[in-house]
Amino acid sequence: MTVNARARGTITAGLATLVLAMLAILPAWTARTDVLNLGFLIFLYVTLAQSLNALVGFAGQINLGHAAFFGIGAFVMRWLWISGVHPYLGLLAGGVVALLFGLVIGVPAFRLRGAYFAIGTLGLAEILRITVGNVLPVVSTLPADFITGYSLVHRYYLALGLAVLTVAALWVLGRSRIGLGMLALREDEDAAEATGVNTLAHKLVALAISTALAGLAGGLFAFYHVSYYYQLPFSPAWTFDALLIAFVGGVGTLAGPIVGAVFYVLMKEILTRSLVELHLLIFGVLFILVVIVLPGGLVEAASRLRRLLVPGRGLSQSR
Amino acid sequence: MSPQFLIQQLVFGLLTGALYGLAAAGLSLVFGVLRVLNVAHGELVMIGGYASFWLFARSGLDPFLSLLLTAPLMFVIGLGLHQGLFAYVETLEEEPRIKNSLLIGFGLALAFHNLAIRLWTADERSINTAYSGAVVTLGGVVFPVVRLGALAVAIVAIGAIHLFLRRTYLGKAIRGTAEDWEAASMVGIDIRRTYLVAFALGSVLAGVAGTLVSVGYSINPGIGLEWTLKALIVVVLAGLGSMPGTFLGGLLLGAAESASTLFIGGAYREVVALVIFLLVLMVRPQGLFGR
Repeated sequence: MTVNARARGTITAGLATLVLAMLAILPAWTARTDVLNLGFLIFLYVTLAQSLNALVGFAGQINLGHAAFFGIGAFVMRWLWISGVHPYLGLLAGGVVALLFGLVIGVPAFRLRGAYFAIGTLGLAEILRITVGNVLPVVSTLPADFITGYSLVHRYYLALGLAVLTVAALWVLGRSRIGLGMLALREDEDAAEATGVNTLAHKLVALAISTALAGLAGGLFAFYHVSYYYQLPFSPAWTFDALLIAFVGGVGTLAGPIVGAVFYVLMKEILTRSLVELHLLIFGVLFILVVIVLPGGLVEAASRLRRLLVPGRGLSQSR
Repeated sequence: MSPQFLIQQLVFGLLTGALYGLAAAGLSLVFGVLRVLNVAHGELVMIGGYASFWLFARSGLDPFLSLLLTAPLMFVIGLGLHQGLFAYVETLEEEPRIKNSLLIGFGLALAFHNLAIRLWTADERSINTAYSGAVVTLGGVVFPVVRLGALAVAIVAIGAIHLFLRRTYLGKAIRGTAEDWEAASMVGIDIRRTYLVAFALGSVLAGVAGTLVSVGYSINPGIGLEWTLKALIVVVLAGLGSMPGTFLGGLLLGAAESASTLFIGGAYREVVALVIFLLVLMVRPQGLFGR
């Protein structure tokens, strides 16, 4: 069993390295912008969905206002970048400001448990969205000299790097003492508290990681788009996309949001050519199914299927 | 600002607030009894609005009369949603029950929103009856007839649900279940039936509100989130347990929105309501919905 598990771990690591290597040399293979754009979007959504996963999947706190932090990251990065700051520094600043904002609201917000935290953050994100829309009801467009230097390959690699960093951060978190504390908190808040887990501290750490990563994802968005409404990254759609991807893929797992993001972006691409927004209808229904009958999402569905197809592994254990 | 103008704004605010109260009453009933936080409640408002809109557009049925058809329709939709989806969380403990219902509601809201775009396009719709433009003027203050009609319907609906909960056996069973489902179950109340009926009635209240929105204002497939938020704000303001109390909470929100339009500007109307919502949430951290 342990040998088997270790072998599987090695296979997974090997496969991940192979896929990463292929993604890394992809721009050398093809200069097709549609392929690179697709890659960028997948990496962006992996980062965004994993950032939500840190809070929802690990610590069990449903956040319906995640777009607020994505929006803050985008706003700060864009503003600094256009003011002449190096884009990477701007990106970092966006993550930091999103994190600080997360901590500022986290202390009062976590006085609310469960669903109240969720609807509180939903309200907060709407306040930000409407305010930004009122104060800056305009399109943010890059200056001409920025556009001439625009490189899609650059964005592609930055997004890939950020996605890898995010997954690595969550991998480390999942193996750390504090990550285990978060899992305890997710399963039963009172029991975790009783066994000595400082639930507020764990929630705040999860929120800090989640908001910083969301801010970085937002900065990536601001670095990618030539022009967009300032209000757009604050739209609740970013929260919804992240929730859909994380849950349908498999919330609380590392692979789930990756699988979910690939599935989501591809489906969106294929379906928007024929029918508008149909992917949201399909993902909405899948989401409900996952919540009701398959809490592990696609990742769990795949492992159940594997147990069915390879008799003697899962089945023999249960008999 | 003349006092007449102020009163006019207040009247508009209160007329809108009546619909907030009606929509919130449904959410409050469902949350109070089932401990199910249905964030697709605003989508039920939207569906009720479209049902009346299409009855009017296809067969010219008066929107107020169409309530006789759409209310039973919403009841059936509510039964279906509960049996098909929300009944799955019935057996969970309170906290996971609220969380899971929230997630189901979220998926449902998204599905309904996009289904509505597919079925009815994203256009803004409004029912224009022969009397849509009619107004009653009282001391220089204008009262649109359709909105007065909506107010009357809202008061009747709230009154009816209040009497139902206070006077009938089933209504008392629903209140008993909301108070303590274990005790209610022990004295022989069929919990599953009270859950089912409460959810269906909550859907009817949402649907009636939707009809009134489509006749006094306008609807589109995207109004769900806004109405869910309005209903949540009112429920947080008013607390649980009393239908007339929830209705008053709605009127209060409507008035507060008018006041903020006057003194801060219409663009921040929603922000003011949300800030009040967050403040009230913060001040009562045990969860506002606690009785």
